[in-house]
Amino acid sequence: MNSSLNLLIGLAMGLNLLALGGSRVPQVIRAVAVQGIVLGVLPLLLEHDFAWMVALVSVVTVLVKGFLIPGLLHRAMRAAKIEREIDPFIGFVPSLLLGAGGTIAAVAAARMLPLLPEHAGTLLVPGALASIFTGFILLIGRAKAISQVCGYLILENGIYLFGLLLIHSTPLLVESGILLDLTVGVFVIGIIVDRIQRAFDSLDTRKLTVLRE
Amino acid sequence: MRELLLILVPLAGAALAVVWPSERTRPWLMPAVGAVHTVLALWLLVDPPQVSPGVWFGFDPIARAVLPAVSILFLACAAYGVSYLRIRTERPNRVFVATLLAILGLLSAGHQARHLGMLWITTEAVTLTAVPLLHFNNTSRAFEATWKYLLVGGTGIALSLLGSFCLGYASVRGGGNGDLTFVALTAQGPLLSRPWVLIAWVFLLVGYGTKMGLAPMHTWKPDAYGEAPSIVGAMLAGGVTTVAFTALLRVRAVITAAGEGQAADRTLLAIGLFSMLVAVLFLLGTRDFKRMLAYSSVEHMGILVIGAALGPAGMWAAFFHVWSNSLTKGALFLSAGNIRRAAGARTVDEVRGMSSVTPQSAAIFVAGMFAVTACPPFGPFFSELRIVRAAIDTGHIAATAMFLGCLLFAFFGLTRLVFSVVDGRPRAVQKAEGRRIKEKAGVIIPPLVLMGISLWLGLATPQVLRGAWTDAVAQLFPTP
Repeated sequence: MNSSLNLLIGLAMGLNLLALGGSRVPQVIRAVAVQGIVLGVLPLLLEHDFAWMVALVSVVTVLVKGFLIPGLLHRAMRAAKIEREIDPFIGFVPSLLLGAGGTIAAVAAARMLPLLPEHAGTLLVPGALASIFTGFILLIGRAKAISQVCGYLILENGIYLFGLLLIHSTPLLVESGILLDLTVGVFVIGIIVDRIQRAFDSLDTRKLTVLRE
Repeated sequence: MRELLLILVPLAGAALAVVWPSERTRPWLMPAVGAVHTVLALWLLVDPPQVSPGVWFGFDPIARAVLPAVSILFLACAAYGVSYLRIRTERPNRVFVATLLAILGLLSAGHQARHLGMLWITTEAVTLTAVPLLHFNNTSRAFEATWKYLLVGGTGIALSLLGSFCLGYASVRGGGNGDLTFVALTAQGPLLSRPWVLIAWVFLLVGYGTKMGLAPMHTWKPDAYGEAPSIVGAMLAGGVTTVAFTALLRVRAVITAAGEGQAADRTLLAIGLFSMLVAVLFLLGTRDFKRMLAYSSVEHMGILVIGAALGPAGMWAAFFHVWSNSLTKGALFLSAGNIRRAAGARTVDEVRGMSSVTPQSAAIFVAGMFAVTACPPFGPFFSELRIVRAAIDTGHIAATAMFLGCLLFAFFGLTRLVFSVVDGRPRAVQKAEGRRIKEKAGVIIPPLVLMGISLWLGLATPQVLRGAWTDAVAQLFPTP
């Protein structure tokens, strides 16, 4: 079980780097979508026997993170006619290098943390830390609102991975509540991207500079 | 049961507001629900219920010490809101009224949350529900503010979730059975895994600190407060930030039980002083009197966490300050809203002489400014005095000096702005506008009442409140 789990998390970590290095916005959105699907499957692997709640959480995650949100982002992208991330705050090669360094650091850091025996052999913690770090690089380093939303989604994916550590021990009510809230949060972001583009005719956050001291 | 009504009545009011047919009468739902909520909250304050330890939501001493202040603030804002929405008839108010009521319900839930997961869910829900309120004005500036609020606030929420997971893992790693109520976590105490507890504290402090608006995570605040209607600003500054503050207090108690209380207090003190410093620097620089209120709020959030870091006496003062800050800030926001509407502008370059255009609002604004900069005899003076005393008693001399220095410069910054808005000869535009917009009782009485309560809190703090704060401190510092 652990090997297939690690394989999928490793794939998600690879997708992080793909999102960091991609200059074309559709590519970044696709990386995020695939990562969402991969992560959505994980709870099923972690569960030893079939449970309805876990299956439901899994299906909803795949649908929302893999299809609904990327669909919203694609629509916003087409409406605003953005194909490329031009002139980001942190260049593509530096952010790729940063991401790779962060991934290595995450693996090293996970070794130092005290983990339960059943989690010690998995990539859950390194994967979570690496995704959170990647999310931050995208949030800070990109100028287009859509790319920043992608960064936020990857950050959330990292936190979701971390949450899987607790899926056995915390009541499922909390887990499903968390899932619900994440969905709502991203939904609002989708709406805002939609509204913002109507107001500005562009999704460049550099133009959002009226309000500053 | 009564404590659940605090949550359910506003939520039912929100649902009713959605289906309510008439635009003209809908705003009256706000003061109606606000009045019921205030009566319930005050009743619970005077006659607190028994809270069984394992429940997820309960009117425990912490909720009792803070929630009635939010309730009173909401009632004042709601009363103001009726007159405000009558002026702004060009904007549909269905979403506005419903979300404001929903926020009150979620705030009541957040203050009463005794479960780590529930606390996170309710605070996140408050953040998201506030989004439609922020772009009520429907300008491009409002959208920009909303975007920043969502991105910064969303990241903060994500980090507080990560912190909650880490704390949960600390419990599971220490042999816990997955019970994430604060009672269970505190009982586990030293068994919690130390490295995870520290990591959890960092993320929770950053996460809930973003929501409180502690520097350097305060960047959403000036934009949001500047662009949102003043009732929304008042509710954000006095209600939403306090729920994040109580969240930090509850978490801090767990961290202390785990034996890392000193580290937690030290970080709180550092981040509090840093917030005050940053706020003061911006207060001395800004030219916009609505953004000024946001920086003043950052300063007061700093004061709150400094109080929380100074042991039981400081914590008591922090609860006092929650009350005095929420109510005074409410009065300031509401009167600033009146001035801003009459002036049609919000920077000192465009606005002057408002004491002759809107004399009553200007008077409340000036009084509120003196109250919020800790001039006697208003509430903030006494709460901040107690924080200073607690700081000296616990031997934080350098921190006290910095605290007082920041207060002094904040006073300079605020008086500079307020008097340049109020004094002088009004511009011709504002004279004409001022004649058109009369100061009606509906927009004057609510801030006046809030100022009155602030004064009352300072001069004669009611015994029942003192008792409530003492109980809350006893809950946070359990005697072994």
